[in-house]
Amino acid sequence: MNMSKNPTETDEVPNIPQFFLKDCALIAIATSRRATTLKEFRDQITGLSQDSLYYHFWGNLLLPRFAEREYNNDFASWARHSLHDAKLAEQLAVIDPIAVNDLEELRHRLLEYIDDRLEESEYLQWAHASQPFEFICSQIVVFDTHIRVDKPDNMASYIPGMSISSLFYHFIDARRRTDDKIDDFRHWLSGFGETYCLLIKRLSTIDPYFCTLAELRQQVGAVFHQYFAEEI
Amino acid sequence: MTTMLEAYASVTGEDVIRHLQQLAQPLQGKSIVHVNSTRVGGGVAEILEKLVPLTRELGIDARWEVITGDTEFYQCTKSMRNAIQGNRVTIADALLKHFEEVNEQNARQLQSILEQADFVFVHDPQPAALLKFCGNRKGKWVWRCHIDAGRPHRVTWHFIEQFVRGYDASIFSLPQFAQLLPHPEYVISPSIDPLSDKNIELDQSEIEAVRTRFDLNPEVPLIVQISRFDRFKDPVGVIEAYKLARQYIPSLQLVLAGGGATDDLEGEAVLGDVRVAAGDDPNIKVLILPPDSHRTVNALQRLADIVLQKSIKEGFGLTVTEALWKGKPVIGGDTGGIRLQVVNFHTGFLVNTPEGAALRIRYLFTQKQKIKEMGFKAKEFVRENFLLTRQLREYLTLMVSLLHGAEDRIELG
Repeated sequence: MNMSKNPTETDEVPNIPQFFLKDCALIAIATSRRATTLKEFRDQITGLSQDSLYYHFWGNLLLPRFAEREYNNDFASWARHSLHDAKLAEQLAVIDPIAVNDLEELRHRLLEYIDDRLEESEYLQWAHASQPFEFICSQIVVFDTHIRVDKPDNMASYIPGMSISSLFYHFIDARRRTDDKIDDFRHWLSGFGETYCLLIKRLSTIDPYFCTLAELRQQVGAVFHQYFAEEI
Repeated sequence: MTTMLEAYASVTGEDVIRHLQQLAQPLQGKSIVHVNSTRVGGGVAEILEKLVPLTRELGIDARWEVITGDTEFYQCTKSMRNAIQGNRVTIADALLKHFEEVNEQNARQLQSILEQADFVFVHDPQPAALLKFCGNRKGKWVWRCHIDAGRPHRVTWHFIEQFVRGYDASIFSLPQFAQLLPHPEYVISPSIDPLSDKNIELDQSEIEAVRTRFDLNPEVPLIVQISRFDRFKDPVGVIEAYKLARQYIPSLQLVLAGGGATDDLEGEAVLGDVRVAAGDDPNIKVLILPPDSHRTVNALQRLADIVLQKSIKEGFGLTVTEALWKGKPVIGGDTGGIRLQVVNFHTGFLVNTPEGAALRIRYLFTQKQKIKEMGFKAKEFVRENFLLTRQLREYLTLMVSLLHGAEDRIELG
């Protein structure tokens, strides 16, 4: 595998960006904040910490859950399966955390949909959910693997062996961290100018929300692999 | 990589082990002590038996201590467990005083080890008061609650809470099991050990020997529940479900197999009720297994077509995880951690009544292909989410987090 480990400054080739491979581990923390009605749900979201918002959209992907994900966030899933309001579930599921500027705007969008439903439906003013919504926050520990990948074609062979948490960090968490809200792979490839435009375009078509991280790793790996196979 | 780590890598993949090794780096040189109340029997002991040596193989000094107590102490802690899980049990003041005394005696014995450790994990209520008697502690203390404390009997909870409040953090298996406490309350699901006798692959000859030993007919359907004889596990409800389902599947066989933990004193009464409900039906086998019958339990789960865990109250439900790992669909009570593991039409069915369990038994024996499909999904679900390596990863993450304070994002160099 053509990758370098613990590179010294002299190992680095000028003008060719290296991919600094990192990994992470996430742990959930109970907040003891719960909601049983839509009104309580709304009130809790109003004062919810940003890391809790993050968790319910992204972080939960790293924690135990069944593979087939029906909705892309916990709020929509609760609206459907516990509050039994299909309309609100569909509306909340449309919210794409990448399409908003920051987590405050995300909160605002959530509240808008909830307020609209509360106005529309008298039933939802008092209906009790079959299971309360448990608000969770999280801590994420990020660490350097000291692995550097210096060429995109090396990345193709490396991805199948990456941990799923490393993939999460570079493919999903990156969208919150980076100014352009894209994954680290595309960000890195764009450093090579126009060379990898097609690869960047193909990576952008992967929707990370509806599969397991293991499946996502397979998809990202397949895109890299296919691209470089065609090059040959 | 050491032999033990290599063995786990063969099940989980090498990436998982590499991840653990990297996460363990900031904890090199630290010492960890786990404390619980029994060396044998029960899910906690089974996990610690492997978690501790595996932690050591990552270069961290980990050890496991067990407190000792007399019959009176265990009588008190059994009631305490039931009360924390919501039973309105009144515990006599004299017993509560004895609980503290036993903790104090154990603290005296373990004091130097506990006070010097960088991290102390105290499992469940039995040893929870140790902290009170370790005034010169150096490290972080974490209370690990394995039971559902979401709706406790308040009087008993307040008694336990006075000891637990002083800890640096606590861990609950699910967020809804947590009580409001003045420190971070981490959520970590338990896990199973894929290489233990209870979960390891068995030769078909060994499985068949168990079938012969318990006189089970290989030609007819078999449902199994493996659990302590405890009212929360509803073994009598399982017999009711069996009787309802048998009207449609006359040859159906049921095995109810229960082990015992050294701190479980209530089982006899429940067992009596089970025997009355089973009557003289030759297709119901009620098996009392000694605590070391791990391979027998393993074989029984593999012999089953469907596994039941019809609990009405459950902590996490590791017997569910074990059954899923063997590729069996599970019909489980709609409670506690079973909800996290059993997904309707994917890994089994959640039920609320014996009638519901009977309905799903009938469904699965009619749609036999579903048993196979669900079983396949079930095993992969456990591989990704509920193996020991995942739990160890979360313990390591928690310790790193405790060393770095309350930030939501910790960037290590």
